[in-house]
Amino acid sequence: MKFLRNTLDKVKHDFEKGGKWERYYYVFEALDTFAFVPKTTTGVKGAQIRDAVDMKRLMMTVILAMIPCLLFGIYNVGHQHFLAIGQAAGFGEKIWVGIVQVIPIIIVSYATGLTVEFIFATFRRHPVNEGFLVTGMLIPLVMPPDIPLWQVAIATIFAVVIGKEAFGGTGMNVVNIALTARAFLYFAYPVNIAGEVWTFIPEGAKTVEGYSGATPLAIAAETLTSGQNAVEAFSAFGTGWADNMYTFWNMFMGFMPGSIGETSTLMCLIGAFILIATGVGSWKIIVSVFAGAYGMGLFLNLVGSNPFTLMPAHYHLVVGGLAFGAVFMATDPVTAAQTETGKWFYGFLIGIFTVLVRVFNPAYPEGIMLAILLMNVFAPLIDYFVVSANKKRRLKRATI
Amino acid sequence: MWEKILILPRFLIDRRRTMGKFIRLKKGFDINLAGKAALKIAPTDQPETYAIKPSDFHGIYMPKMLVAEGDAVKAGSPLFHDKKNDNIVFTSPVSGEVIEIKRGEKRKLLEVKILADKTIEYQSFTKYSVSEIVNLGRDKAQEQLLASGAWLNLVQRPFGIVADPAERPKSIFISGFDSHPLAPDYNFIYKGQDHFFQVGVDILKKFTTGQVHLNVHSSKEISTAFSQVKGIELNKFSGPHPSGCVGVQIHHLDPIGKSDAVWTISPYGVIQIGKLFINGIYDASRIVAVAGSEVKDPQYYKTFTGGSVKKFLQNNLKQEHVRIISGNVLTGTRISPEDHLGFYDQLVSVIPEGDHHEFLGWITPSTSKLSFSRAWGLLSFLNYKKEYVLDSNTKGEPRAFVQTGVFEKVTPIDILPTHLLKAIIAEDYDDMEALGIYEVIEEDLALCEFVDVSKHEVQDILREGIDLMMKS
Repeated sequence: MKFLRNTLDKVKHDFEKGGKWERYYYVFEALDTFAFVPKTTTGVKGAQIRDAVDMKRLMMTVILAMIPCLLFGIYNVGHQHFLAIGQAAGFGEKIWVGIVQVIPIIIVSYATGLTVEFIFATFRRHPVNEGFLVTGMLIPLVMPPDIPLWQVAIATIFAVVIGKEAFGGTGMNVVNIALTARAFLYFAYPVNIAGEVWTFIPEGAKTVEGYSGATPLAIAAETLTSGQNAVEAFSAFGTGWADNMYTFWNMFMGFMPGSIGETSTLMCLIGAFILIATGVGSWKIIVSVFAGAYGMGLFLNLVGSNPFTLMPAHYHLVVGGLAFGAVFMATDPVTAAQTETGKWFYGFLIGIFTVLVRVFNPAYPEGIMLAILLMNVFAPLIDYFVVSANKKRRLKRATI
Repeated sequence: MWEKILILPRFLIDRRRTMGKFIRLKKGFDINLAGKAALKIAPTDQPETYAIKPSDFHGIYMPKMLVAEGDAVKAGSPLFHDKKNDNIVFTSPVSGEVIEIKRGEKRKLLEVKILADKTIEYQSFTKYSVSEIVNLGRDKAQEQLLASGAWLNLVQRPFGIVADPAERPKSIFISGFDSHPLAPDYNFIYKGQDHFFQVGVDILKKFTTGQVHLNVHSSKEISTAFSQVKGIELNKFSGPHPSGCVGVQIHHLDPIGKSDAVWTISPYGVIQIGKLFINGIYDASRIVAVAGSEVKDPQYYKTFTGGSVKKFLQNNLKQEHVRIISGNVLTGTRISPEDHLGFYDQLVSVIPEGDHHEFLGWITPSTSKLSFSRAWGLLSFLNYKKEYVLDSNTKGEPRAFVQTGVFEKVTPIDILPTHLLKAIIAEDYDDMEALGIYEVIEEDLALCEFVDVSKHEVQDILREGIDLMMKS
């Protein structure tokens, strides 16, 4: 390590002001601080010691929390693939199919995203932010398994440039960056990210008899026209080739088609446990998203008239991407509400809107993405009210 | 649970006696550092030089010298005063010779250095008996406080400035415990000063229209000086640092609004005032703790205000590459080994200097790095009771504010630190005022600076905001 340190120190002056590679200073700085914690010390006056936590470690914790979802997602991509083509396959084979599908998406996401980050850091002269370490992993996890790689690249570039850098970088963005990427694809290339795209089926491959790639949300939406009971429609699905795929517990475990990382509520809960135990994610947001969705589900059960509104409320928590969105997207500290009281409202409204979009807007079967993006935009307004309340308390106290 | 049941009856008894309040705080963080001072006083020679630095005081317009290099001074004789408010006088802590008047850019006064006599001679002030003090008028008392320099012990909120003699504060606050890391033990350093403390309180009572509040910690031993004193409201606080910060205490007991003024004073200041009126001298002697992981023999030393730290650290350091801090590690000032203690400081902290790189230090798990956070690899939460050795490394690079909610967890007052700091950076006066800038000074938000993931200099930002408000 001494050698690496010496080398870095030797070339450092070339990147500093007046050096020959001055304009690439932030590229160098990013690599340097990635390898070594810098030797900067605290100022003359004030806190002479600092907490060992920094942005890199914080982001690393979030990535760690996503690992269960990623690993399960890799397995599930293979599992769904072999179910669809009607072949029996071992654990290893499924994993292999998953790796071949998923890893390239991750590589493309990180490669394009970091390239954009470095280019902006160089031209805008600001440090490379660690935020993309998380975004780069979130983007693949919300993609369908056979999304064309060029679309991943374009979506990533769009999200980083328009979603983040246009606002000034990490900490300044208004909406969640990974969701911006997905929303971009959703509206720009709907063919590849909507409908029955959630299972990897190679071109020309024959699917098993009776195969359907419909997700639980699509089936639930269909009940609006067919008038069938939603739970019955779930249990009728997959007869012959994937029996009991859409039972509550199977969906909770996540053995169903969907975005790579979002299908398993269990894995999301493990991630939530890591985020809450480490204090990195806000438990208030996670709990209130689930509570909002469940509460809205219950309410619709009571007043509802059509089969979708009568779907038992707890099904809302395991279908689609609600759990993944609640745990990893809604908790993004930059785009969420910033006040502790505000977080309750923010999360609760995300839950409510998710269910509303699902049930009343058949054009968009999944509501969590739109609900989070919407609430990202409204988070400053929620904060405004909470902060105003704080100001009023102080004013009231002063005038008494 | 049991703790609460056991505390409650005691609290009821206290309440009957003094009508104090019991404030339970939960938010905050105790930083447990290695090298706490042993409860003994080292036999050592007195330091030779003493210095008074205008930078230790806020709200001073411009110091104007009253002595020249080479002049002889007594303990309590004036060195300089404030040009705008010339009855605020800064006096010499010891008798001796003014050996240096150090000036910086634009002839800004940096420090006045005095070479001390072997035996201290005191400027004499009027002595009073206890019964005379009862009838002593406020104006007379104020005159003596200002002339002796003991006035500087009074710090005025908002803004943490030297108290304005024309002000009538709505209350006066004394924090009876220091919750900062490595803080000196008040029981030990104020032992036997009960009488002076009582007289000091009697004098202070003349200045406020309201109460003199004395605040102690519910689970720490209370010095007899504090438990026996009359004429105050004795309040109890529980919970971690910053429960000892007087700004936090004011917020919970008698919060400050725009047009209010509250004075704060340390127990040391109260005792010094007591001595001034009983003995008729400005007694700047104090006991300071020399502590920290890099001190061979952490213990207490007798000195005077502004004493040089040189003698305390000679042959007393484990290594050369250290950071010496006048004050505590959260709010103190870095000084050189020949430098002098700050005016309000009763602690010298010595920690390792942290100017070293650490390979992959941002990801390797560690039990030796202290963190309030439990993020990946930071395992100190498993054992907060352990004594930590922390260096001065910033442990990360500055970043934009990312609201992780951690500021709120270490700020036990109804203030939104991030929003206040952003209002300051934006120079939004209305917001600064509405978000409570009158209620805080640096030390109250020092923990935010410690825990900040984005490594902001929170205390500097806050002082900039306070300066803006004072000028507005």
